[in-house]
Amino acid sequence: MSQRANTSPDLDCDFDRVAVEDVSRHFGRRRAVSHVSFLGSSGTIVGLLGPNGAGKSTLLALLATILRASSGAIRYGAIESKDAPAALRERIGVLGHDLFLYPELTARENLVFFAGLYGNDNADGAARAALDRAGLADRADDPVSSFSRGMRQRVALERALIHGPRLLLLDEPFTGLDETSAAALIGRLRGLRDSGAIVILATHDLDLAEGLLDQAVFLRDGRRVETVSHPEGLRSTYRSIVFGASQP
Amino acid sequence: MMRVAWLIVRKDLTVEVRSREIAYTTLFFAVSCVLVFAFALVRDGRAPEDGAAGILWIAVMLAGNLTLGRTFERERQSETLRALLLGPAPRAAVYVGKLLGILALLIGAEVALVPLVALLFQARLLAHPLWLSAILVSGTVGFAAVGTLFAAMLVRARSRDVLLPVLLYPMTVPVIIAGVRGTAALMQPDLEVGVVQFWLALLLCFDAVFVTLALWTFEAVMTD
Repeated sequence: MSQRANTSPDLDCDFDRVAVEDVSRHFGRRRAVSHVSFLGSSGTIVGLLGPNGAGKSTLLALLATILRASSGAIRYGAIESKDAPAALRERIGVLGHDLFLYPELTARENLVFFAGLYGNDNADGAARAALDRAGLADRADDPVSSFSRGMRQRVALERALIHGPRLLLLDEPFTGLDETSAAALIGRLRGLRDSGAIVILATHDLDLAEGLLDQAVFLRDGRRVETVSHPEGLRSTYRSIVFGASQP
Repeated sequence: MMRVAWLIVRKDLTVEVRSREIAYTTLFFAVSCVLVFAFALVRDGRAPEDGAAGILWIAVMLAGNLTLGRTFERERQSETLRALLLGPAPRAAVYVGKLLGILALLIGAEVALVPLVALLFQARLLAHPLWLSAILVSGTVGFAAVGTLFAAMLVRARSRDVLLPVLLYPMTVPVIIAGVRGTAALMQPDLEVGVVQFWLALLLCFDAVFVTLALWTFEAVMTD
C-alpha cells in the first residue's frame, strides 16, 4: 500500500472497513440489488458469489462509486460514498471483467498513464515497479495487444494497484486464466490481504475461490441469501444456499 | 484538472498515431464528401456563390460525427472510459481531455479540407487566414463541445450510432449557420469586418454556453 495519489490533500479518506448497509439499486422497474448488507474489514478477502443476474457486478459498481445506491448507504470507514466520491476513488482499485487497458499502448505506457491519472508524481517509477511485480519488465515496451490473456490480466491487476488502494474490487478475475496464471493471481491477492487491503471479488469460479475467501456473501436475484465466514466446501455450500431445494 | 486533461489528450493522440484509424477514416470521408459536391455543383469551373462555405462546414460536421463516434467507441471496447471515470480526477477533466483530443483531430482534418475546397470551388477561402482560423476553430469548439458530451452520454446506448447525429445536428444548427455565414462573409471581394465579427461573436457565445453546460453536467451524466 504505497505511493498514494495526492489529489485531495484536504480530505483524508483512508479507511479500514467498508460497510454495505441495506443497499438497493434499481434500474427503472428492475431491482438489481435489494437490501444487501455486509462488512469488509482490513486484511480480508470477501467473495460475492451467486448465479448470473444475482447483482454481483452492480454491487461492485456501487462500491467503486461509479453507481449511486437507490437506497441504503455504503460507508468507507466513517465516510459515506456520496459525501466524497472522488477522494474515495483515490483509495479504490478496480479490476473489471474487461481489463481497462489500451491495446495500442505498451504495458509501460498504460501503467504510466494510469499512475498519472491517480496523481502519482513519479509515474515512471511506479510503472517500473509494477512491471517488475508483474514479471513483465522484459515486455514493458510491447503493445498490450500482443500479450496473452494471462499477461494482460497481470498488467491490469498492476494497473488497478498502481495507486496503492485500500480497497480492491475484482469482477470475475479468473476468467480466461490458465492454472499457472490463476495460481499467481491467488498468490497476489493473498499478499494484498496480508498487507492490510480489503479485497472484494465477484466470481463464478468456486474451485479457485476455495480456501481464498475469508467471507463469502451469497447472492440471488439481487438479494443477500447468506454470509459465511471462512467458508469450506464452497461448491456444496453454494448449491445448498443459492439453489436450496430447487436443485437435486 | 488540466494535468489530467493533458494526460488524456496525450494518450488519445498516442493511440491515434499508432492506429491512424480515426485520422484516415475522417479524412477519407471528408475528402470524398467534398469531391462529390464538387462534381455535382461546379459547372464550367464555376461554383455556386458561397457554396464553398456550405460544403466546407458540411464536410466538417459529417467528419466530426465520425470522429466523435469512433473516439468513444475506442474507449468503450476495452471499457477504458469506465477506468477514466474510476479515477479520482474531476469528471470535468475527463471531458476536457476528450474534447481537446477530438478538437486536435478535427482541426487536423480542416487543415487538409480548406485548401481542397478552395481549389475545387475556386473560392477565396484563404484570403483572410486569421479570420478564417478564428471562425473555424470557434465553430469546431462549439460542435465538439456538444458532441463530446452527447457521445459520452450515449456510449452505452445500443443505438448510439443513430442517436448521436439525431441529437447533435439539431443542437448545433446555430454553429452551422454562423460558421457558414461567417465563412461566406470572408470570401466576399470587400471584407465587411463587422459581419464577420458578428458571426464570430455568436460562435464564441455558443462555445461559452455549451462548454460551461457540459462541464457542469458531465459529472452527473457519467455517474449513473
